[in-house]
Amino acid sequence: MIPSAFAYSRATSLQDALIQLQSHEDAKLLAGGHSLLPLMKMRLATPSKLVDLGGLKEELRGVRREGDRLIVGALTTHSEVAHSKVVQESLPALSEAARQVGDLQVRNRGTVGGNIAHADPASDLPAIALAFDAEIVVATLDGTEVIPAHEYFLGPLLTALPEHGLVTHVSFVLPDPGTQTVYEKYPHPASGYAVVGVAAAGGVGTDGTVSHIRVAITGAGEVAYRASAVESALAGQTPTEETIRAAAAQAAADGDIAGDLFASEEYRRHLCQVYTARALRRVFASQLA
Amino acid sequence: MAEVQGIGVRVKRKEDPRLITGEGRYTEDIQLPGMLYAEVVRSPHAHARIKRIDTTAALSSPGVVAVFTGADIEGHVAPIPTAWLPPDSDIKTTAHPALAVDRVRYVGDGVAMVVADDRYRARDAAELVKVEYEPLPATADQELAMGEGAPLLHDDAPGNIAFHWRAGNATDEVFEQAEVVVRHRFRQQRLIPNPMEMRAAVAEYNRSTGDLTLYSTSQNPHIHRFLLSGVLGIPEHKLRVIATDVGGGFGAKIACYPDEALVCHAARVLNRPVKWSEDRSEHFLATTHGRDHIEDVEIAGKQDGTITAIRVRAIANMGAYLSTAAPGVPTILFGLIVPGPYRIPYAGADVYGVFTNTTPTDAYRGAGRPEATYLLERMVDLFAAEIGMDAVAVRQKNLIPSDQFPYETAMGLSYDSGNYQLALHNALETADYETLRATQAELRKEGKYLGVGVTTYVEICGLGPSQVAGAVGFQGGLWESSTVRVHPTGKVTVFTGASPHGQGEETTFAQIVADKLHIPVEDVEIVHGDTARISMGWGTYGSRTTPVGGSALAVATDRVVEKAKKIAAHMLEAAPEDVEFVDGSFQVKGIPTKSTSFHDVTLQAYLAWNLPAGVEPALEGQAFYDPTNFTYSFGTHICVVEVEAETGQIHLRRYIAVDDCGRVINPMIAEGQVHGGIVQGIGQALYEGAVYDDQAQLLTGSFMDYAMPRANFFPRFETSFTETPSPHNPLGVKGIGETGTIAATPTVVNAVMDALRPFGVKDIQMPLSPERVWSAIRNGGSAE
Amino acid sequence: MALEKTSVTITVNNDTYTRDIEPRQLLVHFLRDSLGLTGTHIGCDTSQCGACTVLLNGDPVKSCTVLTVQAADQEVTTVEGLGTIEELHPVQQGFWEQHGLQCGFCTPGVMITAVGLLKQNPQPTEAEIREGLEGVICRCTGYQNIVRAIQAAAEQFDATPAQTQAAATTGVTEGGE
Repeated sequence: MIPSAFAYSRATSLQDALIQLQSHEDAKLLAGGHSLLPLMKMRLATPSKLVDLGGLKEELRGVRREGDRLIVGALTTHSEVAHSKVVQESLPALSEAARQVGDLQVRNRGTVGGNIAHADPASDLPAIALAFDAEIVVATLDGTEVIPAHEYFLGPLLTALPEHGLVTHVSFVLPDPGTQTVYEKYPHPASGYAVVGVAAAGGVGTDGTVSHIRVAITGAGEVAYRASAVESALAGQTPTEETIRAAAAQAAADGDIAGDLFASEEYRRHLCQVYTARALRRVFASQLA
Repeated sequence: MAEVQGIGVRVKRKEDPRLITGEGRYTEDIQLPGMLYAEVVRSPHAHARIKRIDTTAALSSPGVVAVFTGADIEGHVAPIPTAWLPPDSDIKTTAHPALAVDRVRYVGDGVAMVVADDRYRARDAAELVKVEYEPLPATADQELAMGEGAPLLHDDAPGNIAFHWRAGNATDEVFEQAEVVVRHRFRQQRLIPNPMEMRAAVAEYNRSTGDLTLYSTSQNPHIHRFLLSGVLGIPEHKLRVIATDVGGGFGAKIACYPDEALVCHAARVLNRPVKWSEDRSEHFLATTHGRDHIEDVEIAGKQDGTITAIRVRAIANMGAYLSTAAPGVPTILFGLIVPGPYRIPYAGADVYGVFTNTTPTDAYRGAGRPEATYLLERMVDLFAAEIGMDAVAVRQKNLIPSDQFPYETAMGLSYDSGNYQLALHNALETADYETLRATQAELRKEGKYLGVGVTTYVEICGLGPSQVAGAVGFQGGLWESSTVRVHPTGKVTVFTGASPHGQGEETTFAQIVADKLHIPVEDVEIVHGDTARISMGWGTYGSRTTPVGGSALAVATDRVVEKAKKIAAHMLEAAPEDVEFVDGSFQVKGIPTKSTSFHDVTLQAYLAWNLPAGVEPALEGQAFYDPTNFTYSFGTHICVVEVEAETGQIHLRRYIAVDDCGRVINPMIAEGQVHGGIVQGIGQALYEGAVYDDQAQLLTGSFMDYAMPRANFFPRFETSFTETPSPHNPLGVKGIGETGTIAATPTVVNAVMDALRPFGVKDIQMPLSPERVWSAIRNGGSAE
Repeated sequence: MALEKTSVTITVNNDTYTRDIEPRQLLVHFLRDSLGLTGTHIGCDTSQCGACTVLLNGDPVKSCTVLTVQAADQEVTTVEGLGTIEELHPVQQGFWEQHGLQCGFCTPGVMITAVGLLKQNPQPTEAEIREGLEGVICRCTGYQNIVRAIQAAAEQFDATPAQTQAAATTGVTEGGE
């Protein structure tokens, strides 16, 4: 319940945060603290220094639309994302996922940047990031780096975030207008994390066949993944119950699926299929009707 | 005068104003000048020899005042004893050292206590206590622990058998000659009580007087004083235990624990107040668990639905030591109720209590009775399926008829009163059972799986007559004390030995007094949970508070009225037998104008200017009430579920509860008890379960893994009562605190099995996780 | 490591406090140990139970997962600041009238969560209330009367003129996006 002692400072600017991060051997950045503090309370993380980003809200908080992109500042809370009109209108799946992160109180503190930096394999956002070709925008003392989501999530709590880097924004590619975007989640009854979470988006062309399709899955294994096999199976097909089921059957194919105390690997594979089918049914609801 | 809100009224709770404004006083809230903080260093090993403990670094850590090890406290803190010794069970009374000396026997066993000037520094220093362990083989499973070559926990308990207890009249012949016999093995998984307030203790010592005060999260402070007096060698009159606001207990705050004793010892040695409070992750390891049985059950009957016999052979996992009340739970509170609410001529229970390298088990809400009710109600459904009869019809056929009370059971219990058929009837009517069955048939055609589960239950509660307590080996009495002190102005302070911790007796007890004295409930204050203010008490558990503590209060109040009547008669110049107490005033029978008010009498009692001969001044009634028998609450619960065959997820659609706890003092509070009980019962059926790995490490050690029931898991419950008064106590009341937990678990599991009938699934191990349900559907049979 | 202390100023229930604290101190310990506001409780150590919920700038947060330093120069409302016994907050009133508590330990956190829930959604359905309570654990009530209590509070809000509502949420400021 009680973290070990650490030095603390409040960053006055992005630059200041980066300098402080680099000048301390095992310093950690503190945003909402909802990924880091639980680990510190269990003394599973014992950083010698915390650099608090709380003072950088002016520059790192908020949601904005730029062309075909939706840019979310790292210090934006899940609650802010969930309630943002811009998000609801341009990327409903993100809003839907944000509404299902943790609980009411956690969403008021937890931030998008903290979540992405921590990269919990059962977190909701990685599925959205992968499905919508997000770019993770990272500041370092050498400048800005942009890491595509599919190169960013490497494993459980493991990312391509450079040492001493700071996630400043996450930039999602907005789907074509008219594209249905959804997030279907099976929450763990105790932790609320995703046992399986499926982000999906897609649309049909004038001929009624699937012209674009995106599916990404989180929670099911070591790391969130794009369900490419599902996408290829459905692309060019007319969305029907049969084609959706056939495509969803491939849901676990691209993942490194793992079991735990609550759900075995076999059951998780099955859930990937079921929840992918459910997500796809919602995406193509008007075609199925 | 304000309106009298007596028995049967939905009075808003008197305890709430402080609790909703943050002005409650829980143990952890207590701050004393100069207070120190303690942290217990616990074993990470399930079984190990302690080779060396090095406290040097911890002692030199900033703010540290002392570090205690098992060697340091030897001769000062005696091992914690067991206080329930079932007779003829060859019980091994292995006491629990407050800190391990040479061996740790479960993960969480205490090895040292660090005391520092602040809780953060205490935590830091605890990390610096270096303990060198030599790990030993360990086991968490009671059946393995009984087997060949299993690691032995205690040298004087061969085969790790803590006790072997038998009861009943069911013989092999009864089963051999039966028309139908159904056998099944159930596993009552281990549960973790998890009251929202974790354990905490604050001890304060006065060196010059030798008085020690312990603020503690206790369901029974007098029992704790009694036991700790022996453990600490502090005379009972020098030890005061206070448990004012306690944040739930559910059985986990009955036991006497090492930690509270250590805090007292530290305060005594250091002559400064010491506080210790548990973390939740610590609570998972260091506070008692519940249930954890393996049960082999046989039920015998006839093709016409008559049940003729039931017996169980159970192996109860006791953990590494026998906790305070633990041996009574899988024996007396379990075995004796196995025949339940049915006319079953033969019944039997054969129970082994077994040591394993796990946290000790003890009472958890219902304590033994949920385990018995579960196996019985599941077996009734399996028996009904076997003979092709509707499970409700089987119940109707076997329930004890209402004209048969008092009813002597095959286990020798005497059920006080009941109308089991009425409760069943009301529940079926509320549920609209026939329509549900028709809907179920319709939905099945659409590939939707609705299930309806029913439980009819009876519960031993109102623990209990002390003579019986003695006969069944409980090392204490089970009566209750009450003092009703009427002040000169007619206001009343009541002192009760019951120790409510959420059940609302500050209100219901005030209602009883208000009802009898015809005064407003606001004029009655209930004092509980302080051994210095209350002469004696046996505490709150076993649904005994209202039947026993409330009855003590009723008797004490009657004594007040009797004495007041003598004084009033003297004032009215009438004979006491000619005076009656009506609506708050004493009047001469037949002459309503010749009367005096209760307040006039209370004042005169204290002024004592003119009391009748032989009547002492003041007005106070005291009772030490020992009930003549247990009381037996009963009822019927029905649950409707829908099972999603694709994923195995279970959706609770409806939950109907009809309970009978005799006379209801406050329906609002009684309903609340039922709601909470149901959720805990469903928690066991669907969500909760402690899991140890094969090294006896607890895998479900936090709320991240151990699924506590949450608001969005449930529909709105439909609850109601029937009222069949108990003849065993002056109030006609029975217990209501545990009925929900006892009934809900089998009700929900029966409902799920009913839904899965088309798949040929007969049973699934609890908790019925989606994966287990999904596997069972795929396998078309039992899934482990 | 040397225990460097740092000075923080925090407004709690409209009173401003300045204290020297360790950076690692959790906000819940600041409230309970440093200020003696023991109405906020601790029920777990994994941010699951919600017993420690307080309003931070008007929004419910789990104070066991916020460092005191993170709340510097901000406004905290605890159960002690919600209402007094003479003038209960509608949520407190609802809990009392509908028997929304038993042992009372989780209650302050649940009530504060309810305040946040009603701020987001003043007229929630029963399902929305149950969803909104996903971040709290109550072991006593079975939640049914908690739901009723929040419904009663919502009704009272609905029937209360706007200025009284504002008074009832003293210390609650709007969080911006």
